[in-house]
Amino acid sequence: MITLSTVLRKYTAEVAIGPVDLEIPSGGITALVGPNGAGKSTLLTMIGRLMGMDAGSITVGGLDVSKTPSKELAKRISILRQENHFVTRLTVRQLVGFGRFPHSGGRLTVEDERVISEAIDFLRLDDLESRYLDELSGGQRQRAYVAMVLAQDTEYVLLDEPLNNLDMQHSVQMMKHLKRAAEELGRTIVIVLHDINFAGHYADHICALKHGEVVAFGTPEEIMVPDTLSSIFNTPIDVIDGPRGILACYY
Amino acid sequence: MKESAMTAHVTAGTPSGSSPDHDRRHVTSHAPGDAASTNGAALTNGTAAATEPALFADATAPADAEVPAGAATPADEQATASATEPSLLTDAGEPRRAGALPTRRSVRRFWIVAGTLVVLAAAAICGGLAYDNPMPVGSRGFWLIAQMRATNVVVVIVVAFCQALATVAFQTVTNNRILTPSIMGFESLYRLVQTAAVFFLGAAGVTAVVGVWQFFLQVALMVGFAAALYGWLLAGRNGNLQVTLLVGIVMGGGLGAAATFMQRLLTPSEFDILTARLIGSIANADTSYLGWAICLAAVAGVLLWLQAGRLNVMSLGRETAVNLGLNHRLQTICVLLLVSVLMAVSTALVGPMTFLGFLVAMLAYQLADTYDHRLVFPIAWLIGIVVLAGSHFILKHVFYAEGSVGIIIEIIGGTFFLVYILRKGRL
Repeated sequence: MITLSTVLRKYTAEVAIGPVDLEIPSGGITALVGPNGAGKSTLLTMIGRLMGMDAGSITVGGLDVSKTPSKELAKRISILRQENHFVTRLTVRQLVGFGRFPHSGGRLTVEDERVISEAIDFLRLDDLESRYLDELSGGQRQRAYVAMVLAQDTEYVLLDEPLNNLDMQHSVQMMKHLKRAAEELGRTIVIVLHDINFAGHYADHICALKHGEVVAFGTPEEIMVPDTLSSIFNTPIDVIDGPRGILACYY
Repeated sequence: MKESAMTAHVTAGTPSGSSPDHDRRHVTSHAPGDAASTNGAALTNGTAAATEPALFADATAPADAEVPAGAATPADEQATASATEPSLLTDAGEPRRAGALPTRRSVRRFWIVAGTLVVLAAAAICGGLAYDNPMPVGSRGFWLIAQMRATNVVVVIVVAFCQALATVAFQTVTNNRILTPSIMGFESLYRLVQTAAVFFLGAAGVTAVVGVWQFFLQVALMVGFAAALYGWLLAGRNGNLQVTLLVGIVMGGGLGAAATFMQRLLTPSEFDILTARLIGSIANADTSYLGWAICLAAVAGVLLWLQAGRLNVMSLGRETAVNLGLNHRLQTICVLLLVSVLMAVSTALVGPMTFLGFLVAMLAYQLADTYDHRLVFPIAWLIGIVVLAGSHFILKHVFYAEGSVGIIIEIIGGTFFLVYILRKGRL
């Protein structure tokens, strides 16, 4: 379980994230949604201890993220930011191998190699594993990054807009991979999504943010209601029954 | 911040358009995974095709139908028997490994490069010791002359070690392959100290800054300068590496300007003496403190070497490094201090060598072709020896201008720097 209590980050006198009180349950996919500037990514990076907070505390699986040594946390929680650019030239497998660093300290054991192979196969990257990252398409690269955080083998996985720059097909595949990771590997996945329909279809919980505050939290059925969505996104939104579940219409 | 930079319609869930390049590459790519996804049919690509039918083609099938529950493994519907273990071999029959040199070919290539460099370095060193020795080979006089030249060789090895390790580590920490630690003001500080000595003490000042205590004082001054800078700018809550670098460059410029100002006021003869000290020169080094220089460099080098694994992670950038459990800020300060010790030793020993480190690090990454600092460090060191000893040899025996090795390195290094930037077209 991820618990946020009165988490606050101030930018200026008017602009601030929080105070946020939130409990993200263990297991399944929790989607953070909301309009631009709502603080979704900021909240995620604070949970992943990439950014400090001005007040409040965050615990992940009982560990306080601002007090627990980073090394310990790296075995419990992993975070993938949206933009990843490395100066080093790495193959897919080498990148995924870095995910084992918290466990291996840089010297890969046979067991590490097995976990790396599993993560690569899980995201169907086995044919690409010896290719360099700069030889991949955007979608393949995104999968390689996700494979790295899966190889980190943490209970909690935080992903900042992993569908960015992916086309329809690859977005759907990515969400299916993540759904499988949550169900089969028992991971707790927290993900920032821009498309409410992806959240509605694949997430187990939706957390809606607006102006730096949590305005709604619940199952997709509870959140995917015209009035709720319209007020979150400041846009008239209808919810209809599609052939594969409920859909938000806002075009 | 990030959200506000996006256009409003991103909420509509259309990530298209932002990456046309990706789509184009995707269509033209013939990787097996892509072929399956674009064709929506079984692979026709040989190798893995038979066992991996259309992994991505089932986009419409429910996700949970793909794999038996609880299996943390490749979802290969057909190979149910082996579904719990990933395959251990690549198509080429090698074990699947993620190490720094993953294939036999890359291992062989690395050792060929390393071997060639060892031979070249040995040749350059032996050439420096024995070439143009007027005494017959093997005679007592031959060995005496060789012994006298040995100091230069040791200096070359120490300076190459300092510059190579310092630059590679500095580039990793700053996540920038075109920086060299020289820009942080070490050399300006050195120039200022040397100039001030001549300015205040006259021509005698040149000898006043040579000696064991003076050497330590200079090293302490440079490391202290670096520590103050990093401690002040990096350790704070909003510590920012880019700002630190910028301040370092600006302060270096300021110190350099002060040195230049003093030089304008020198008499021509004093200026002439000073100039000889300010061009990187192997002959500048004094044997009286060479032993101490080796000790300092060795300690800093070993400490840096012990962090090689963490440096590999640092090269992935701050956010990934923190995610993987590094205390990024502490690690950065620690590495930068070790870098400053190495740079201070090198500069106090032979004077400024602006491009040596850059040249060496650049070549090392090209030749070693790996991310692993455990392998890049020794290659960089060997390249440093080859370049330094080689230029020293050329200067001494071709141009008869022993000493000012910095000149030739800056010419080669500067040219290399320009060519590299122009060819790559970006920073």
